[in-house]
Amino acid sequence: MTLAPHDVTRVLAAPIDLNHPGHYVHWGVIQISVANLVVIGVMIVLFALAIFLPFPKGRGRR
Amino acid sequence: MTAPAVSRTWTGRARERIVRELPPDQMLPDRQPVYVASWIYVFGVLSLAAFLVVLVSGGVLALKGPQWWHRSTTGHYFNSLHLWSVELFMAFMVIHLWGKFFMAAWRGRRAMTWITGAVCFLGSIGTAFTGYLVQSNLDSQWISTQAKDGLNSAGVGAFFNVLDFGQMLMWHIVLLPLVVGFVIGIHILQVRRRGVVPPMEIDPRDLVPEQVTP
Repeated sequence: MTLAPHDVTRVLAAPIDLNHPGHYVHWGVIQISVANLVVIGVMIVLFALAIFLPFPKGRGRR
Repeated sequence: MTAPAVSRTWTGRARERIVRELPPDQMLPDRQPVYVASWIYVFGVLSLAAFLVVLVSGGVLALKGPQWWHRSTTGHYFNSLHLWSVELFMAFMVIHLWGKFFMAAWRGRRAMTWITGAVCFLGSIGTAFTGYLVQSNLDSQWISTQAKDGLNSAGVGAFFNVLDFGQMLMWHIVLLPLVVGFVIGIHILQVRRRGVVPPMEIDPRDLVPEQVTP
């Protein structure tokens, strides 16, 4: 089976289609886009992992 | 025994002060304290690496002009590279900030390290905002018309005109990167001078002797 050029483009495109107006979360006076909320969540997860994951031991380290 | 003569020239005095303030053996250390072996200490250098990608990708965009990315797939690639390296730079810098905040990283005469980091963070936000304004698309038009009202109400609209594309481009690619780059340089020199901040309850035996601060 061969893929047409536009099919290749579609396959290589971002796994999440961002070509539409953003989705927003409303919580009282707070309004934030889902994209920004996801980024903040990923940063908090990275921060927690950086605190708790052991750092690999290198050769010659004191 | 006589004291060494103090140079009377400004170059001699500058040299003596630089060597006193920035001892060469502390500028490029080949050992770090054992507590640095933690992932949370990696985010500073990750921020620096992302910043270098921001500078290089921004430099390519500057060479080809602000409209290039609209009509060239290569330009679009470099524009995306610039955007995502900025996203990573800001994210890594914020995680670095969280880590240093909870370590109270201003301890041990490191106030200037903390202050230069904070100024760098604020300068980076300003640079990112002017970057929004020079995308040359509907997004930048919308943001500039919203920003002008806020800046005019603060009385700075006459000096910092977000509707002036040329002025914002110069702020974004010349003035603010120079300031942020200079402050990052001072920040790194301060880290080298004072050493990486130890955890709150560190065993003094884990410190590298030359980095023990009073």
